[in-house]
Amino acid sequence: MKKYTVQNEKDTRSGFGAGLEELGNKRDDVVALCADLTGSLKMDAFAKQHPERFYQVGIAEANMMGVAAGLATAGKVPFTGTFANFSTGRVYDQIRQSIAYSGKNVKICASHAGLTLGEDGATHQILEDLGMMRMLPGMTVINPCDFNQTKAATLAIADYEGPVYLRFGRPKVPNFTDPDQKFEIGKALMLNEGADVSIFATGHLVWKAIEAGQILAEKGIDAEIINIHTIKPLDSEAILKSVSKTRCAVTAEEHQMNGGLGDSICQLLSRENPLPVEMVAVNDSFGESGKPNELMSKYGIDTVNIVEAAERVMKRK
Amino acid sequence: MADIQHLERIASQVRRDIVRMVHGVQSGHPGGSLGCADFFTALFFDVMDHHAQPFNMSGKGEDVFILSNGHISPVYYSCLARSGYFPVSELASFRKINSRLQGHPATHEHLPGIRVATGSLGQGLSVAVGIALAKKADGEDKHVFALCGDGELQEGQIWEAIMFAVHNRMDNLIITIDANGRQIDGDTKDIMGFGDLAPRFAAFGCEVMHMKGNDMQAVCDGLGKAKSLSGNGKPVVIVMETEMGYPVDFMVGSHEWHGIAPNDAQLESALSQLEETLGDY
Repeated sequence: MKKYTVQNEKDTRSGFGAGLEELGNKRDDVVALCADLTGSLKMDAFAKQHPERFYQVGIAEANMMGVAAGLATAGKVPFTGTFANFSTGRVYDQIRQSIAYSGKNVKICASHAGLTLGEDGATHQILEDLGMMRMLPGMTVINPCDFNQTKAATLAIADYEGPVYLRFGRPKVPNFTDPDQKFEIGKALMLNEGADVSIFATGHLVWKAIEAGQILAEKGIDAEIINIHTIKPLDSEAILKSVSKTRCAVTAEEHQMNGGLGDSICQLLSRENPLPVEMVAVNDSFGESGKPNELMSKYGIDTVNIVEAAERVMKRK
Repeated sequence: MADIQHLERIASQVRRDIVRMVHGVQSGHPGGSLGCADFFTALFFDVMDHHAQPFNMSGKGEDVFILSNGHISPVYYSCLARSGYFPVSELASFRKINSRLQGHPATHEHLPGIRVATGSLGQGLSVAVGIALAKKADGEDKHVFALCGDGELQEGQIWEAIMFAVHNRMDNLIITIDANGRQIDGDTKDIMGFGDLAPRFAAFGCEVMHMKGNDMQAVCDGLGKAKSLSGNGKPVVIVMETEMGYPVDFMVGSHEWHGIAPNDAQLESALSQLEETLGDY
């Protein structure tokens, strides 16, 4: 099992903030909108350095999406910022009509996604956002795993023409990817080559998958671990290549079992190469208040769950 | 000075297009379209500085119009075609399979003149605000015109957009409300009445004016006045009084013709009341 060094513990939202700040200095056409969560989204640096290109829209997310669509129409590259819950479910129709169907170059940047939002509870812990965004024709859906990757993804989506949903989170998590990485949309990243089981993980679950890989290695199981930072378009080639070798798969995500990464991979495999899959995801349930790690554990999306899923799925080969 | 008679002749043809399009596919929204025909004609043939060819999605350097109440697409399509955005003959494809003229305006099929999909009510105004914001940021002196239905004001997003426009002193934005007092289920005052519109917009901080919407002289004067009121730190709101179905005698006076199509006899009756001036498509 390949060793990964944790450079530090950082929140992925700060990666977004750092990326946006860099973009602000590099490109005049990048504008940012925020619905009263500038500090939470780490958009302060951009707002301070480029007040003429930062739009505070107040607690009015529906209008924010429409205004962003208008700015994009006029040639700007707008980045919207609010919690994932208010970036998707609350404004699904605005995104559908004014952005996705209208083909607008809007970057929907969503923080505090999933259970790791923590103590605020289920009202704010969206676990359906990847599914909703993935269903929209033409929408690109990205869920990077750490600070460095979130920063790189933020830079990359500015250069891509079309609507994008970029999902990140609140807690400090291990930052282990290359600080100078070039982010390629839709390109899965091999983290560890293995022969016994493929583990496909996204977002915060990528580090958990690495931890699981180490435990599996101690048990003599050689896991292949792949970071699927782009849920849509899915890197079908990398996934199919991996399972053709391992003959079974585990998917891991901080999302409902319905609609997310696991669903996407099962759909691909059922069509191209039907093989056993175990999904590590929240099983048709809302979250609750608690510490991020407590919640990950209680709702079955922790390191141990990936280990157990790998052992289960290998028996089904 | 606008040539009122010339504009009235165009509006008559636009109205013929509307009833013929809706009749042709037995589907669509003739009532609000007819009521707004004078407004659209004045905008596209007199008031706006716009360029049909080549169509530029960004609208940079020109006035831009956004239709928020997208269901009155027939009047929009007729005016776009008659002002050169696409062939007039294409109006015959309205709402039919493989058409660029979708039931509600859309960009997906690349119909020139359309800048955003509308029809899910309450959303177009926010997009108009975004375009106006970009024009301000770029130092343009052009206007963004938006049209909303009065029933559409029941959508909360409209008021989010108004708040934003006022807060950001968007005085390059001219918002017209089609105050025909009707919506699908009946009269607006009975469905979800909120009394006089003007004081509500004024209370939010808009510059508000009234305009008679089915009198071409009044429409041209009103839009001219709206432009003169712009540039003073406030968005301008025009409360435009129209009659749904105007001037077809059997369509006025109720909400019934919001979204139904005339049969053959009704088409004949309507067309007999609308002079063919520019040639039917």
